[in-house]
Amino acid sequence: MNRIDKTFQKKQKLLSIYFSAGHPELQDTLPILQALQDSGVDMVEIGLPFSDPLADGPTIQESSTRALNNGMTTEKLFDQLENVRENIHIPMILMGYFNPVMQFGIERFCQKCKAIGIDGLIIPDLPVDIYHHEYKVLFDKYNLYNMFLITPQTSEERIRFIDSVSNGFIYMVSSASVTGAKSNFGNTQEDYFRRVANMQLKTPQLVGFGISNAETYMKAIRYSQGAIIGSAFIQFLEKNTITAIPEFIKTIR
Amino acid sequence: MKYQIDERGFYGDFGGAYIPEMLFPNVEELRKNYIQISESKSFQKEFQSLLKDYVGRPTPLYFAERLSEKYNTKIYLKREDLCHTGAHKVNNTIGQILLAQSLGKNRIIAETGAGQHGVATATVCALMGIKCIVYMGALDIQRQAPNVARMKMLGAEVRAAQSGSKTLKDATNEAIRDWINNPVDTHYIIGSVVGPHPYPDMVARFQSVISAETQVQLLEKENRDYPDHVIACVGGGSNAAGLYYHFLENPRVNIIAVEAAGKGIDSGESAATSALGKEGIIHGSKTLLMQTPDGQITEPYSISAGLDYPGVGPMHAHLFRSKRAEFISIPDQEAMDWGLTLSQMEGIIPAIETAHAFAALDVRKFSPEEIIVFNFSGRGDKDLDTYINHFRL
Repeated sequence: MNRIDKTFQKKQKLLSIYFSAGHPELQDTLPILQALQDSGVDMVEIGLPFSDPLADGPTIQESSTRALNNGMTTEKLFDQLENVRENIHIPMILMGYFNPVMQFGIERFCQKCKAIGIDGLIIPDLPVDIYHHEYKVLFDKYNLYNMFLITPQTSEERIRFIDSVSNGFIYMVSSASVTGAKSNFGNTQEDYFRRVANMQLKTPQLVGFGISNAETYMKAIRYSQGAIIGSAFIQFLEKNTITAIPEFIKTIR
Repeated sequence: MKYQIDERGFYGDFGGAYIPEMLFPNVEELRKNYIQISESKSFQKEFQSLLKDYVGRPTPLYFAERLSEKYNTKIYLKREDLCHTGAHKVNNTIGQILLAQSLGKNRIIAETGAGQHGVATATVCALMGIKCIVYMGALDIQRQAPNVARMKMLGAEVRAAQSGSKTLKDATNEAIRDWINNPVDTHYIIGSVVGPHPYPDMVARFQSVISAETQVQLLEKENRDYPDHVIACVGGGSNAAGLYYHFLENPRVNIIAVEAAGKGIDSGESAATSALGKEGIIHGSKTLLMQTPDGQITEPYSISAGLDYPGVGPMHAHLFRSKRAEFISIPDQEAMDWGLTLSQMEGIIPAIETAHAFAALDVRKFSPEEIIVFNFSGRGDKDLDTYINHFRL
C-alpha cells in the first residue's frame, strides 16, 4: 500500500511541510527531512526548483532561485535522496513544474522516484486532462500517485471529475492566489472549505496556500483531513537553523 | 499536413494548455467562447470599424521599387508600421479588448518587453475606459523609458517585475500570477502567439487581417492572390503568424521566418530559438524554448527587445519541425545595417525587429519574376536611441 494511503488510515488530521530542495544550502535536503520527521510531521513535499515558478509567490520564487544558484538540479536531488529511505519513513512527495521533469525524461523520472521510494508527485502545470490522456499509464506503472489541485473557482462538476481520477489526496488551494499570499482566512474560505467537505469526496483533502500559523492551520483542518505549510516554513528556515525546526512545528500544533 | 490548430489546441506536437488549476476557469472560459464571440456579427462590425477608422487599416501593400531593382526580384512591403501606435500589435489588442468586454471583464493586465505591446494595450484600454495594468521587467523599464512614459500618459499602471532575470519572461510570469490572484474580473491580453491554448490561435486570428488584406491587394496589383514568398521576423511570432495565416495551406507560397541570432548562434547571447531551443513548456505552452539541460529556462539576447523571448509560438515550432517554413537567423550587426539600408533606399525607418526580416535577401536567392511580401511590422521611432548609439548619428 502507498505510504500516503497508510498515513491517512492511521491519522485524522495531517500536517505536511513543503520546502525547496537546495535551500537555504545545497546540502540541507537530508537534515531538513530528518528534522521534520523527528518533529512529528506526517508528510513532506520536496520542491524541485524551477527558474519560472508561475504559481508561486515571492517566498518560494526566491527560495527556488537561491537553490538553483546553489547548484541544485534534478539529477543532484536524486543523488542526495538515493538512500533516504534508510532513515525517513513518512510519505515523501516531489513537487515541481513540468518542464524539468520533461527534460529529465518522464519515464526515467518515474523510475528514479520509485527506486528512491518517492510516493507521489504534485506538478501544478500538468493539468488533469493531459495527465489522464498521456501520462497516467506511466505513473501507474511505477506506483506513483499524482495529486491534483482544486481552487475556490473550481466548479462542482470538475471537482467531482478530479475526485474520480485522484489518488492520495486532493490539494485544496485555500484561495484564489499564488502561494504564500494570505495571512488569514475569512468567511469566503470557510464557506469554500465547508462546501467541499459537504461533497463527501472519496479522496481526502489537504488544504494549502496561505497557512502560516496555528490559527490558519486549525481553520484549515476543521473541514479537511489536514494542511500543508510551505512559504511560512521557508521564511522560518531563512532566519533559523535546521535544529530549530521542532520549535516551528510546535507553534503550529 | 495541417498547419492550423487542431481541436485539442495543438499544432502538431506543440501547443496545448499546460496551466495550473488556478488558471483553468479563466482559460476555459476563453476557450469555450473566443471563436463564437469573435465570429459574431456584432463583434465583427465593431472590430472592422475600429481597424478602419482607429487603427488606419487597410495598411498599404507598397511595391519597394529601388529595393526590387537592387535584388532583381519583386519586393512588396506590408506596411504595418503605419498602424496607430506604430506596429501590428494593436490589431490584437483591439480584438482582445472587445472580447474582454463581451466576457464582462473590467480590468486588463498585459506583459510587455520593449513596451510596444504595453503601449498597444494601454491605448485600447484608454479607448474603452478600462483599467489597465502592464507588467514589465525592471531591467526593461530602465531600458525603454519613452514607452514607459507613453503607457503612463495613456493612463496605465506600469508594474515592475522584480523576479528572475527582470525581463519579458518574468513580466509574463508576473502577469500570470496577477491573473491567478484576480480570477473573476480580469482579462489577460497576451501580446504574441504564445501562452496556453486558445491564446496562440486567438492572437493569430486577430493578426490574420494582415494576410487577408495582402490577398486582396496582390490580386489588384499582380492579378493573383498569393505571393511566392512571405517573410517576417519571429520573436514570439505574432506579426509572422498574421502574415502567414491565409497562406499556411497554400503550397505555392514559401514561408520564411527570420530569428534574431544576437551576437551569433554559438555566442551564448542569442535568441534563435529554432536553432538553440528544445521541446518543453513555457508560459503554459508546449513549444521550442531555450533552456539548460536541467530544464531551467535561459535568458535570450538580441539587440532588438521585441525578439528576445526564450520560446517561440507553438504554430512556428510546428512550421519549423514540419519544414513548412524555412528558418534563418540574423545577427545584430546585419539587422542594424538593414535598418540603415531601408531608411536610405525606401525612406522608411524600420523597427530593429522588422529590419531582421530583410536580411533574408542576403541569405536567399530570388528570381526576377518572383513576388515577395515582407511584413514591415513596425516603425523605428522607438529604436532611435539604439540606432544613435550604434551608428554614432
